[in-house]
Amino acid sequence: MKKTLVLMVMALLPALATAGGGEGVKLDPVSIDLNDKVSLQRGARIFVNYCLSCHSAGYMRYNRMARDLEIPEHIVKDEMLFAADKIGDLMKAVMPREDAKDWFGVAPPDLTLVARSRGPEWIYTYMRGFYLDDSTPSGWNNVVFQNVAMPHVLYEWQGLQRAKFEEVDGVKTFAGFELVKAGTKTPEEYDRLMRDLTNFFVYLGEPAKLVRYRLGWWVLAFLAVFFVVAYLLKKEYWKDVH
Amino acid sequence: MEKLLEWVDARFPLTKVWKEHLAEYYAPKNFNFWYYFGSLAMLVLVIQIVTGIFLTMHYKPDVNLAFASVEYIMRDVPWGWLIRYMHSTGASAFFIVVYLHMFRALLYGSHRGPRELVWILGAVIFVALMAEAFMGYLLPWGNMSYWGAQVIINLFDAIPFVGPALSEWIRGDFVVSDATLNRFFAFHVIAVPLVLVMLVFLHIVALHKVGSNNPDGIEIKAHKGPDGKPLDGIPFHPYYTVKDIVGVVVFLMLYAAVIFWAPEMGGWFLEHDNFVPANILQTPPEIVPLWYFTPFYSILRACTSDYMIYLAIFLAVIASLTAVRLRGLLAKGAVLGGTALVIVGLFTLEAKLWGVVAMGASIVILFFLPWLDQSPVKSIRYKGPIYKTALAVFAVAFVVLGYVGTKPPEGLYKALAQIGTILYFAFFAFMPWYTRIDRTKPVPERVT
Repeated sequence: MKKTLVLMVMALLPALATAGGGEGVKLDPVSIDLNDKVSLQRGARIFVNYCLSCHSAGYMRYNRMARDLEIPEHIVKDEMLFAADKIGDLMKAVMPREDAKDWFGVAPPDLTLVARSRGPEWIYTYMRGFYLDDSTPSGWNNVVFQNVAMPHVLYEWQGLQRAKFEEVDGVKTFAGFELVKAGTKTPEEYDRLMRDLTNFFVYLGEPAKLVRYRLGWWVLAFLAVFFVVAYLLKKEYWKDVH
Repeated sequence: MEKLLEWVDARFPLTKVWKEHLAEYYAPKNFNFWYYFGSLAMLVLVIQIVTGIFLTMHYKPDVNLAFASVEYIMRDVPWGWLIRYMHSTGASAFFIVVYLHMFRALLYGSHRGPRELVWILGAVIFVALMAEAFMGYLLPWGNMSYWGAQVIINLFDAIPFVGPALSEWIRGDFVVSDATLNRFFAFHVIAVPLVLVMLVFLHIVALHKVGSNNPDGIEIKAHKGPDGKPLDGIPFHPYYTVKDIVGVVVFLMLYAAVIFWAPEMGGWFLEHDNFVPANILQTPPEIVPLWYFTPFYSILRACTSDYMIYLAIFLAVIASLTAVRLRGLLAKGAVLGGTALVIVGLFTLEAKLWGVVAMGASIVILFFLPWLDQSPVKSIRYKGPIYKTALAVFAVAFVVLGYVGTKPPEGLYKALAQIGTILYFAFFAFMPWYTRIDRTKPVPERVT
């Protein structure tokens, strides 16, 4: 009886392991590695140079990033503080929110937690998913975010691409890109840079991730020792219970 | 030292309490796996209170500051992320532990006489816990916090006449707003925790008055030795204190694993949409409460107008069975008449109202459990195949209801929610009949 119940609950567990879903387009997998400091540093540089003009990371401080990613403070001060005076400031966008709203129709969202709300695969696919579309105000569209207000900021790197669509059972389905004009980076280079950026977003969403994986092992090791002691103590006391 | 104890004992029953509730509280010696969850629930309560105190030091209950203050805790407060994850994981852990604790009662009949009040106080704790979790979930002021609270408070709108005024009174505004956030904060950090602690105290006082049940469902006090102590009992301290420590360590290992490696638990413990600040103009694609509420949320959503016919049949069957059993024409008439009235209501009033009623009933029915179970034996070990089947079906229905509660209420999910709802209520409603006709096994004199 008991075993059957346990088995039934166990059988349901895999179904419980994934919650929530995404929109129609298949998201590309991306390898996240927070131990890859160089990748995180490259991602940080792209973020500060390109994203931070319009988007904020308003819950994050420059000096925290500098410390965690081992970027010397003078480099951050000289090369990254476009929008702030002090290294202890929050990472606010250069562009005032109100202006951004006038220009794009919507204020660019804060990106501190985008990796936690959308997931790294979404960011990775999105950053590689811009295509030319004459029907939108900006001339750009995106396969994972239909009619997004954001133009393709990195088109010089990636080049210009058009999206091909096919009719599958009467539904317009995305069927790959077609490069119209090559960018300054090869597709492989561009993918690698976007992986670095995505990696950085995962860090940005939760800086504590750098420490919590490591700390977890120590906690479990302590508890494992504690378990042995507790178990032996229990056995000793329960000797006389029959 | 002894002098000091004497001095205290003359003024406060310290030694007496120690003896009555620990050193000379005799608990059955045959507790198994299912008996860890009571002490674990207390542990989680303490964890929640302590981590909650530290979170309160940095959290700001203000719609303009709340979301940012949580991220401040996650980034700028030393060890803030750990405290916050202990609290958010603790909330889910609380419900896991409490659900298992309640399931233990269903297994071994721990709600049966003379422990009815222990069970009822426990059910009140469960209700308070749900209120605590619901109000706590608004505080991070994420988009799911906001819309979750909006949806649940709007349920009160369905109550005839007073509904809209009532939900406005709860919110303190026409929509969920700063006023709502502040009062939920007040309830979450002081009012409900205070009630919870007092209820837990009463739960234990009631338990220690009647003594613990055990997996055999027999009374150890029926066989006492010449010294007046139950032959099958052992002092809670040190035997169960040292045993519970083992359980605590195992629990802490699982709890730590979630905190350090999967605090979001793939969106089950911390929802993805809650990492976006509350936005009154942007409804999340699916408004889903956290997993521990989804079984009840499913029951709520199962009640659509096309479902009423099944509810009506279900009620009619229960009412007829009850009427047959009742003696006296007046009682029979009252049951049948009352049910007829409700059935008329099912088809004339809004289905949404009946969803709210059904969800409320799914909690209220717990309070009647001690009297619904009419089996001559308490423990599942000696109960017959009908109860075993019913309990298994109920457990599966509860998990399925929980799962479909996270999915859009369409197609198969809706059908599963509707079948699950009937099965949930059938477990309780038919219990007086199926426990009576079940083929039980003889109960041993002493614990095995």
